[in-house]
Amino acid sequence: MRETVSRWVSTCVLMLLATQTFAELQIEITQGAGRRAPVAVVPFGWQGGGADAPLDVAGVIGADLTRSGRFAPIPTDDMLQMPSTGVEVDFDDWSILGVEAVVVGRISQTGDNAYSVQFQLFDVFKREQLVGYRMPASNGTIRRVAHRAADMIFEKLTGIEGVFATQIAYVTAQENGRGRLFTLVVSDSDGENEHTIMESTDPIMSPAWSPDSRRLAYVSFEGDRSAIFVQTLRTGNRIKVSDRLGINGAPAFSPDGRKLVLTLGGADGNLDIFVMDIATKGITRLTTNRAIDTEGTWSPNGNQIFFTSDRSGGPQVYRVDISGGSPERITFEGSYNARPRLSPDGSKLAMVHLDRGNYRIAVLDLENENFLVLSAGKQDESPSFAPNSDTLIYATRVGRNGVLETVSADGLIRQRMGSGRVDVREPVWSPFPRL
Amino acid sequence: MRLFLISLLAAVLTGCASNPPDPDPTAGSTSSSDSADTRSFDGDSGMGGEDVSSDLDTELGMIIYFDFDQSDLKPEYADLLARHAGRLSNSSRTRVRLEGHADERGSREYNIGLGERRSQAVRRMLLIQGASSNQISTVSFGEERPAAMGSDERSYAQNRRVEIRYLN
Repeated sequence: MRETVSRWVSTCVLMLLATQTFAELQIEITQGAGRRAPVAVVPFGWQGGGADAPLDVAGVIGADLTRSGRFAPIPTDDMLQMPSTGVEVDFDDWSILGVEAVVVGRISQTGDNAYSVQFQLFDVFKREQLVGYRMPASNGTIRRVAHRAADMIFEKLTGIEGVFATQIAYVTAQENGRGRLFTLVVSDSDGENEHTIMESTDPIMSPAWSPDSRRLAYVSFEGDRSAIFVQTLRTGNRIKVSDRLGINGAPAFSPDGRKLVLTLGGADGNLDIFVMDIATKGITRLTTNRAIDTEGTWSPNGNQIFFTSDRSGGPQVYRVDISGGSPERITFEGSYNARPRLSPDGSKLAMVHLDRGNYRIAVLDLENENFLVLSAGKQDESPSFAPNSDTLIYATRVGRNGVLETVSADGLIRQRMGSGRVDVREPVWSPFPRL
Repeated sequence: MRLFLISLLAAVLTGCASNPPDPDPTAGSTSSSDSADTRSFDGDSGMGGEDVSSDLDTELGMIIYFDFDQSDLKPEYADLLARHAGRLSNSSRTRVRLEGHADERGSREYNIGLGERRSQAVRRMLLIQGASSNQISTVSFGEERPAAMGSDERSYAQNRRVEIRYLN
């Protein structure tokens, strides 16, 4: 995938710097990952009842491409033509503007609450179509369809699977005069379409997606103590899966969706890692150390658990086989590494890392052992990978409130989501939706 | 740095004997942003312990404070804990809940562990000094129920604590 990116980038750079020497082009390519490629997303044509289409699909696609940090869609006012199909596209009108790719499309009404959304993506330099697609939509699904289109466009242009049609979950905490109100929220990955899943006057922690995106596990302090729930999103029904004496914490679904790794403290308060079969609620113990062992997370093949342990004196990340055995220490940079999360492709490990007095998000490449600090705050926490393993979301601080940020796994593109008016924490990125 | 810490601790402990360093006058309760406020207390000064003399109520501190990343009990609390243990061993029906907390730095679930470690340290001391194990329960809120909302050292010091809550 990376090869495709640099080939695309180098194509763009070659076009713009044709007069530079080869040595200078090399340097430009290395820095090219931060460059935003100029593209055009033409407002979609509309054929149907009513003056306006049910959604500005081109607007959603343009915002997605902008948010990726890799593209700069040009303003509509600058466009010399407004084609809605490929045959109408005049490539001269686009290369004059320096635009490298053009998206055109149209929305047609096919029934009472039924539409057809069609788009085509063109490479301006090569004057050829890269991808075209038609998708059915309703009022309720058209936004998701627009994100799917953006995903296909993004993947064609970068070689990286798009995550615009995914969701995030997070916790909010607000003062409301009589105390604090906590909510568990699911939204689209751009922050739109927020749905409150659960609300409580007691803390909510550690949300975790099931692999089919249908359920969330979380820790709730309702009843003034911690317990773990699994809630089905579509129905709102939930089951309490762990309510044992002492601490119940840090749930995470196995890749097959049938098990949870979780943390139990018991009567003596010694936190350890356990695996629970969700159907039978039977548990298997994985750690026995007197240290704090918590924050378990699964390897993508389901055979290992990575977790936080302070058995060496301070928190570090360890790995243990599901079948048991001695945990192996994984992190050796600095005195504090906690809250491990693996990229879905298994190649990278994100964590909270103490960097010269600041808690920041860092990523360890498990193949070449490169260690990279990705964020720049004082109190950054809760890293979570997007399902394409290319971007992470985490919580940082603005004043007293938590705010969500995304960062690319190479650290080059970082963006803030939200204003900091509400205290937001513990973001988790959903898996790819299963159709 | 050490001198600063010692003087900070001295200031904190002097406050502990009578009032907690938090300017909140309802000593023994968590901050007003905590929903548990409305559940656990029955309209008295907030110290709990209805069936014990009110002299003891106002004298007996309900909060133990800890150093950064530590769950060691400071020797300054030995007397206070002995007195709580005395109350418990004198009245076998009396029950307490030890609520452990951590400051906000670092990762949340690990901080649940730190809070629990602190509750357990207080529990062990109470058991050694005569309380029975069925009289004591522990819980940890990690960083989720701070007493002080700031992100400075003074707020952190107020949040690294165990609160002793009498249930009857």
